[in-house]
Amino acid sequence: MASHGLSEFWTNLKRLPRTFRASLVRHGQTVSERSRSQAVFGNLFLHIHATRTHIRSLRFSTTLAMGVATVSLFLILAATGILLMVYYKPSVEAAYASMKDIHYVVPTGRFIRNIHRWAAHLMVISVMLHMCRVFYAGSYKAPREFNWLLGMGLFVVTLALSFSGYLLPWDQLAYWAVTIGANIAASPREVTDALGITAYFDPGGFIRQILLGASEVGQEALTRFYLLHVMVLPIGLAALLGVHFWRIRKDGGLGRPATPTPAGKGAAAPGTPPSRPDEAPRKTFGLMCVVRDSTPATNLDPADTVPSWPYLMRAELVVFMATMLACVVLGLLFDAPLTEMANASVPENPAKAPWYFLGLQEMVSYSAFMGGLAVPTIVVLGLSLIPYLDREPEGANGALRGPGVYFSGPRGKRVALWSLVFGGVMAVLAVAVPVNFGWLRSWFPTIPQLWIILINPATLLTGAYALWSLVVLRRTGSTRMGAIALFTCFLIGFVILTYVGSELRGPNWDFFWSSSSWPVH
Amino acid sequence: MPNRLEAEPVPRRDFLGLAGLWTAGVAILGSLLGMLRLPNPRVLPEQSSRFSIGHPEEFAAGSKRILPGRNVEVVSTEQGIAAVSLVCTHLGCIVAPTPEGYSCPCHGSRFGLAGEVRGGPAPRGLPWLELSRAPDGSLVVDGKREVPPHTYFRG
Repeated sequence: MASHGLSEFWTNLKRLPRTFRASLVRHGQTVSERSRSQAVFGNLFLHIHATRTHIRSLRFSTTLAMGVATVSLFLILAATGILLMVYYKPSVEAAYASMKDIHYVVPTGRFIRNIHRWAAHLMVISVMLHMCRVFYAGSYKAPREFNWLLGMGLFVVTLALSFSGYLLPWDQLAYWAVTIGANIAASPREVTDALGITAYFDPGGFIRQILLGASEVGQEALTRFYLLHVMVLPIGLAALLGVHFWRIRKDGGLGRPATPTPAGKGAAAPGTPPSRPDEAPRKTFGLMCVVRDSTPATNLDPADTVPSWPYLMRAELVVFMATMLACVVLGLLFDAPLTEMANASVPENPAKAPWYFLGLQEMVSYSAFMGGLAVPTIVVLGLSLIPYLDREPEGANGALRGPGVYFSGPRGKRVALWSLVFGGVMAVLAVAVPVNFGWLRSWFPTIPQLWIILINPATLLTGAYALWSLVVLRRTGSTRMGAIALFTCFLIGFVILTYVGSELRGPNWDFFWSSSSWPVH
Repeated sequence: MPNRLEAEPVPRRDFLGLAGLWTAGVAILGSLLGMLRLPNPRVLPEQSSRFSIGHPEEFAAGSKRILPGRNVEVVSTEQGIAAVSLVCTHLGCIVAPTPEGYSCPCHGSRFGLAGEVRGGPAPRGLPWLELSRAPDGSLVVDGKREVPPHTYFRG
């Protein structure tokens, strides 16, 4: 009996790798369609994917790979960020020294920090490009309105993450960028001052105090920004990201034009394309989820879909590897900046915010409140409302070819092109006129501040863009065209102002055609 | 027999259920608001805004001196002594003295010799700070209390 138990133990030990694998992976070899489906829905991490993917979703031109690139960058940032936290000390006395340690002493510290920095910049770019792609493809249309809103939330959180990380090195760059940022948050004071009510009602001062925990950037601010950067915002981002992914599936995958469905099994009755989500066929899926809109499994020829395992996984892996390669190459070639230690008496000259805020800084150089707070709020609100204000159905009447077709067809392409020209000219004017001729205060030195707050290049530019999109809306009679006009204007405005802020502004925020002509001290 | 036109009374179970739901909702909301009070500091962790700058005799008429680490310039004239804040009223950068007055490195605000706005985005002039005399005779600047421009402190 004893020897029988021993031999059984021995057999089990020999079989351990096989039995462990069987307990881990509950499907066999992924050779059949069924086991491939199981590979996706039987895995906690993979089951955010549908088991089958439309071939159109796999094409590079459909997504420009920007969504997956953004997620990849978030993963890279989380991994490198955790590594940096091993050595970083969030205290005013020790922060800068620990950055120096990470750069010069810690094994691979410099490389890891470089990757973290460049991945953060790339993530801001990829989030913006992802937003452009979704917008121009018209993929914010019903039933995907709410997912666009979630995307806007992710965009804001990404910027907040990037900005909160900016303070942590505690160098001059960090200190003055955050001083400026905190004072922009306090800029409602500019309005309350002009109205003379700051003593009774001071929302600006309140926001700054919550943000900094003091009246100036110091240890309290560093603690708060650290908390935001490593805890609050990443958790918030991850939560939003989860819902964002989940909605992609529940809203019927990536937006794509309705294709004529061959009559057959599961096909909708001809001539009744699902225009509203309520009318869309609802099919109880294998996992008892009711899916809106056309999913790979409903209303479409199964020949247009492929198993997500391995095709979608492979595509995502390729994008992830490419993203990582870009970060590694950037990290090897360029060092993340680290200027002198923060000094509260000597500002950097010029003191520049991170590049994606330099367009704002350009507008801020006329009015802190309008350029730094009011216009950005209007832009973010306007972007968020796009899917609720433009509800024109795509692909129904033939005028719009989407969703999933860039610019909804040739007419949208023309509108986008003209808006690019108009928006570009206006943005250049908004910089060129004040640079060459000055602004209200140069003409009327005693003008009340309220006029300058109301009428400045930032507000005029926003007004011109709004007007242009109304003109387009009237002439085309299409809200989608109006939306394309507005979005394109803001896009080119952002690009031009960011370029001016980063390249053409020098000491004292004066205009220079190149940084080689900056005055030498 | 109840009148058919009268609204049906809310059943007791529904009433208790709704009351419980609302109580829970108000309690959670109240706790959240209470928790949000914590990040708003009651005591600011910084040095006092009042600081001594030495005896008035140390500031000869016609001289200007920037106090290290305080971002304040002490201007002494025939009319008396004044303290001008060097923190830009636009976005809080530290302005640098120039022959014409002051200029800000961050967004190009320019101020005149008395701190008045000459150009750029600054919404108002540099603040003049209150000066007073301590019991030991030295001058004290209060960085939080403003006085109208051209208010000079005399002995």
